Amino acid sequence: MIAMTTNPPSRTAKTLRKMLHHPSLVVGVAIVAAMILVAIFAPLLAPHDPYVQDISRRAVPPVWYEKGTWENILGTDQLGRDYLSRLIYGARVSLLIGFSVVLISGIIGTTLGLLAGYFGGRVDTLVTFIVTVRLAMPVILVALAVVALFGGSMWVVITVLGLLKWDRFAVVVRSTTQQIRALDYIASARSAGASTFWILLREVLPNIAPQLIVIATIEVASAILMEAALSFLGLGVQPPLPSWGLMISEAKSYMFFSFWLIAIPGTALATLVFAINLAGDGLRDMITPERS
Amino acid sequence: MLIFILKRLGLALIVALTVSVIAFALLRASGDIATALAGEGATPESIAVIRETYGLDRPLIVQYFAWLWDVTRGDFGQSFFFRTDVAGLIIGKIGNTLILGGASLAIALALSIPLGVLAAIYSGSMIDRAVTLFSLMGQALPSFFLGLVLIMIFAIRLRWFPASGADSWKNFVLPAVTLGYYITPPFMRLVRAGMIDALNTDYVRTARAKGLPARRVVFKHALRNALVPVVGLVAVQLGLLMGGSVVVESIFALDGLGYLAYQSISYRDFPVLQAVVLLLSLAYVVLTLLSDIINAWLDPRLRAA
Repeated sequence: MIAMTTNPPSRTAKTLRKMLHHPSLVVGVAIVAAMILVAIFAPLLAPHDPYVQDISRRAVPPVWYEKGTWENILGTDQLGRDYLSRLIYGARVSLLIGFSVVLISGIIGTTLGLLAGYFGGRVDTLVTFIVTVRLAMPVILVALAVVALFGGSMWVVITVLGLLKWDRFAVVVRSTTQQIRALDYIASARSAGASTFWILLREVLPNIAPQLIVIATIEVASAILMEAALSFLGLGVQPPLPSWGLMISEAKSYMFFSFWLIAIPGTALATLVFAINLAGDGLRDMITPERS
Repeated sequence: MLIFILKRLGLALIVALTVSVIAFALLRASGDIATALAGEGATPESIAVIRETYGLDRPLIVQYFAWLWDVTRGDFGQSFFFRTDVAGLIIGKIGNTLILGGASLAIALALSIPLGVLAAIYSGSMIDRAVTLFSLMGQALPSFFLGLVLIMIFAIRLRWFPASGADSWKNFVLPAVTLGYYITPPFMRLVRAGMIDALNTDYVRTARAKGLPARRVVFKHALRNALVPVVGLVAVQLGLLMGGSVVVESIFALDGLGYLAYQSISYRDFPVLQAVVLLLSLAYVVLTLLSDIINAWLDPRLRAA
């Protein structure tokens, strides 16, 4: 993103024009942007307080059902809380966790990949070994166990997923850095006396940025799904926080009579992940035109 | 080739040992084992007796090697919750998970190979786009949500299949569909990409130029080569399959390894969890080792690595 804004306007305009040729990218980005706006302005958009329970108005169906009312457009949950408000606040949880996890895992994975790809030799052997060990560990079980040990909170979930999900970053950054390292301009930077740190930061990193952005989108989607799964199993975000995965879990036993209680958060979750992946796919096509 | 196999074997062994250290540390990090084994309301004396009988008063490093020695002989210790032998517990449940995993894999391959080939042959067309869309949707649909929707439709409304248990083949249909659909997208992408590459290689062009029928070119020459990376992916996706089976087995209360792992976490039954984590990691290490060797055997260029 930074690289895009510091470029001369002609290049930004060109990038934007190129983007418009990929309809999947436009649709994906539009949906994700809308959801981000909803998450940011949740307090303004939510018609009710997502935490206030009303025992007299439990499991009221959404407005399109016969018994639905405009008071609660998406109905209320098993504790009488407004479902639309909970859904809107739930977007915050999903997006915050998705982006925070990728911030941590991206930094770890990119650092490891850069070091392995640039230095090669023993550093590469060591990093490859660490990646292999990490891949051999079942992520979901380790994440569940750590949450069980340290207690479920948003920050525990973010930390544990961030510390576990860096493998894809490391693998891709490593191989891309290996290719870039062999190029002439790295050699010329080195002979001009640039320090290794400077070369990695200013010459290598900007050139692997496109690949990084593509992996980051895939990983945000994957982290959001993983948080939802952890919360669904009761070992993620804890009640009364409105996480979409937790909402599905809480409504499970009411599913038979009030199916919308799981259908609404499930659809929201699937739509968000679908849109992020759609954007990621579009970005990949844009970066590697020969593939499409 | 022998040197390649030995090198890979050595690496696999070191990875397995590292994982065993992590699995061991996991149990120790969970708290005092002697107290957990003694159960609620135990006196300090009985805890001390347990500590001594299980050798928990020895230095950690000694305990690790003693544990490792037991594990290599198939002794994974005692379950805190079930009060039985962990190894026996796992053997009793592994069958259900293998059936579920096998059936899901079969569903995923039956979906992804034809669809991937179709998308590759008509690359860039509407068919290709529809297949890509299907795969993106598969990736976006959370398995626990899909599982609940299937229960709602096929178990509650239509009553075709049971919603939970593992008594007959009918119990495995809904979980296998859920898990199979969940792991289909990565396979489909790989088949599609592999087929596109294979269709553009010289030998496929030659086969076409010779005038061989299109069907023969696709199935005999291209598909065979496109399937090589799929063999490797089956090993790598074991993690995805297992992770998925934890969720899917919990939804359908299917009494397998994934459900056992979930229960062991809920009940803080760490010896069981430790054993499951170790077994899954070992399975991953062995499968990747095998797929590396198979791939090197198929493609001599890979042996240099």
